[in-house]
Amino acid sequence: MIDLEFLINTLSLGSLYALLSLGLVLVFGILKLVNFAYGEYLMIAGYGLYFSATVLHLPWWATMIFGVLAAVLTSYLSELAAFRPVRNKSATALIVTSFAVSIFLQNAVLILVSPRARAVQLPPVFSQTVNIAGATTPVRNLLIITTTAIVLVLMSLLMKKTVLGMAMRAAADKFTTTRLMGVPANLVISAAFIISGLLAGIASIFWIGRSASVDPVTGAAPLLIAFIATVVGGMHSPTGAVVGGFVYGLLFNVLSITLPASMISYRDAFMFVIVVLFLLFRPEGIIKGGYTEERVG
Amino acid sequence: MPMLTVENLMASYGVVRALHGISLEVDEGELVALLGVNGAGKSTTLKSITGVLRPVKGTVTFLGNEITNRKPEFIVKKGISLVPEGREIFGQLTVEENLRLGAFSSYQRDRYKADLKEVFELFPILEERFTQAGGLLSGGEQQMLAIARAMMAHPKLLMLDEPSLGLSPTMTDQIFVLIKQLREMGSTILLVEQNAERALDVVDRAYLLANGEVEFAGTADDLKRKVDIASVYLGGDDADSCEVPL
Repeated sequence: MIDLEFLINTLSLGSLYALLSLGLVLVFGILKLVNFAYGEYLMIAGYGLYFSATVLHLPWWATMIFGVLAAVLTSYLSELAAFRPVRNKSATALIVTSFAVSIFLQNAVLILVSPRARAVQLPPVFSQTVNIAGATTPVRNLLIITTTAIVLVLMSLLMKKTVLGMAMRAAADKFTTTRLMGVPANLVISAAFIISGLLAGIASIFWIGRSASVDPVTGAAPLLIAFIATVVGGMHSPTGAVVGGFVYGLLFNVLSITLPASMISYRDAFMFVIVVLFLLFRPEGIIKGGYTEERVG
Repeated sequence: MPMLTVENLMASYGVVRALHGISLEVDEGELVALLGVNGAGKSTTLKSITGVLRPVKGTVTFLGNEITNRKPEFIVKKGISLVPEGREIFGQLTVEENLRLGAFSSYQRDRYKADLKEVFELFPILEERFTQAGGLLSGGEQQMLAIARAMMAHPKLLMLDEPSLGLSPTMTDQIFVLIKQLREMGSTILLVEQNAERALDVVDRAYLLANGEVEFAGTADDLKRKVDIASVYLGGDDADSCEVPL
């Protein structure tokens, strides 16, 4: 029934989606903000890859570091410049700000670079395939699975074993009380944005790796996926986000092979039906979090 | 000079004025209580001192430095720790992690182990529950964890907000024994209590708040003699004029 190719496809897609949704949920956990500018961090990472390769002529590994750092910096700067000033205002103000950041970044590249897509050069390994036990699969699928496994282990160590991680978990639960322990509000919030940007950057390499191009609206699709995956998995814990990512990947692949050819173009519609069902019958997602809803204030 | 001086403190929640000019002092080594009914402004006073709530007017001076309007994380570093109302344990974090975060503001690697040991001597139950999630502890155990967590910061002034609230009578007894013990160990404590009679048995001085003002201030004995505590809590003059419970 389950063949190896399906398994690898599902794991790789799920891994990518898990990275995407984890980055979104980290910021949500602490600021209770769905950051709609999150997709733009991926887009900026894509342009980072493009520029470092075509203008700076860096080797491929350096372009990847450059791209990821571009996403981290963009995420951090958006926190400093846009989110921090409105942090103590209403939740609506924060959300509207995230739309503003998103539109600002999209238009910035539109004006400064071009509205048209730019080709991104990635090492040949991204387009090669490999044969494992009779299953043919792109090498990048194996790369994303390995990368995600490493990232998830590191993230888990960070959250459980370091004081910063403890403070972030505490802040996601009770923000004011965490500050009463002496944990600076700016520290946990900046850390959340930096890690969010880091995850977006890493995910971006693999996202861009599939199409080998980037344009100003590249971020829209991954944002939507991350958002849906967190709704399905659960907004209130990193575990929920990761589970949501893998479940989304699984559903997507199951629909891809079970839907008749004439229906395949409606695959997204089926996905949305599933999301609506989740919102109706299990709005807290697969993984319930014990966190309270206290906002920064 | 007093350790803590609060002068003419005014604070609001939105348009509702909660404090109408509170002044109080706490000397080093003293155990002082803030008493009063629900909505009298006790917790609001503590929140304003710790920087959780920004006062509209007035000043807070601690060890000679003005700390009005400073951030909570700054104030805890200066040496004021609050055990918040409702305990506010990090339920998802273990007892160990709760205590580690308590030490955040003044962490020193070589001292940390000894601090833990000290805390375990006062609260042996926390050593037993060390690796359990804070949310799995009973109410009394959570209160102990909340106090222990605050003590990990080596506060110069410890503020306790309704530590006996919601606890069984036995547990309440234990908490008051502990407060006495802490005082004998030399801690300076500002205690907020609804249980006025119990509080007056352990404190040196007390302030009776009503409607966001200090109505009476004096030694515990003064207060017991001059104010009919029961009337304050059971529908005295102020009970019906307190329209906005906060």
